[in-house]
Amino acid sequence: MTAKISAGNTDPMARPRFIYALRLGDDALILAQRLSEWASRAPEIEEDIALTNIALDLLGQARALLDYAGTLEGAGRDEDDLAYLRTEREFTNVHLVEQENGDFAHTIARQLFFSTYQLALYEELISSTDELLAGVAAKGVKEAAYHNDHATQWTIRLGDGTDESHRRMQAAIERLWPFTPELFESDDVDRALAAEGVGVDPSTLRSRWALSIAEVFSSATLEAPQTTWSSHGGRRGVHTEGFGYLLAEMQYLHRSYPDAKW
Amino acid sequence: MVSASVATDVRAVCESVPDPEMPFVTVGDLGIVRDVILDDAGHVEVVVTPTYSGCPATAVIRDDIVAALRSHGHSDVTVRTAFAPAWTTDWITPAGREKLAANGIAPPAPRSGDARLVDVTIGVRCPNCGSPQTKLVSRFGATPCMAMYRCTECLEPFDQVKPH
Repeated sequence: MTAKISAGNTDPMARPRFIYALRLGDDALILAQRLSEWASRAPEIEEDIALTNIALDLLGQARALLDYAGTLEGAGRDEDDLAYLRTEREFTNVHLVEQENGDFAHTIARQLFFSTYQLALYEELISSTDELLAGVAAKGVKEAAYHNDHATQWTIRLGDGTDESHRRMQAAIERLWPFTPELFESDDVDRALAAEGVGVDPSTLRSRWALSIAEVFSSATLEAPQTTWSSHGGRRGVHTEGFGYLLAEMQYLHRSYPDAKW
Repeated sequence: MVSASVATDVRAVCESVPDPEMPFVTVGDLGIVRDVILDDAGHVEVVVTPTYSGCPATAVIRDDIVAALRSHGHSDVTVRTAFAPAWTTDWITPAGREKLAANGIAPPAPRSGDARLVDVTIGVRCPNCGSPQTKLVSRFGATPCMAMYRCTECLEPFDQVKPH
């Protein structure tokens, strides 16, 4: 595989739109993959079902977005080609979604940070002039609201729970905090599409996100982390160490048995 | 010109397809079939909307609609998936709600209409004994559209189609 992506679609705005759809699709796909690792391993059966249901919603969003990205690219790649046949450097998801599950508190912290962001994003994207993106957002906003409610309730229950659950929830938000600024990074693609009414400039979502997270921390008796470093590079295809292992597991079957059918 | 009665028949065939996960209700009962367009050349286009983005039943429903139309003599069929307007449980018909309840699944309460709010459902009735004394066990259930409850009176567990 080469990292070069051919530009089969000659519409000059198709390229940024392709990149944008790919980013949103990759975020949803990789988080779905991480969450599905909990299947049969969650602390209780109800949570096993909850986490895998959330994964399924995200996978559905990812399929629609990657299928659309393939159409925009115009090079004949479908959703499966994009999910299973790209290399690590070709994935454009943020670092937050690829972080290991850790203990249950880490998974909940990751869910809280991401679902709060995705809810704000989809609320805006509903008004996109792009029919497909607006449709995915209209559907996804209801799912994101449910995911956000699930993560919020667990954060409060664990944070304002026993000494042990509080300690673990606090450790989880501190561990994952440096991966949150990347969610709000914007570049030329985001700004160009936002100006056209197609996409959302993620930097405009930051204050709403911060306000919502602060409220949850307060109810959960958690201290806002004071860490100053942050992790960046996912949108450019630079990823953290665990990502290679995730891809190896996700792509193994398709690469070993191309076009295998159930 | 396609006669109105043929168009109505084609729509009825689409809507009578059973849901693969809850076969006692049809896709018409669930409000999944959004549009059926029949042109003069005999081509049928069916527009369906998924309940949830990742609902695995969507692909099966698509195939089942094509098969049902074929068995009624319509071989030129395309099924298109539309995400917007997004499906809501408010589109489940009164007949669909009755069938859900008759099969031990609590039908969803009406939605607030605000997608941002997660609706708090007050008084989900047990579909087995009718008691309002029920307890939410899990906000997620056996299919993407369900939550799990337990009746504290007859002690039976049951599913609810969660308001969405």
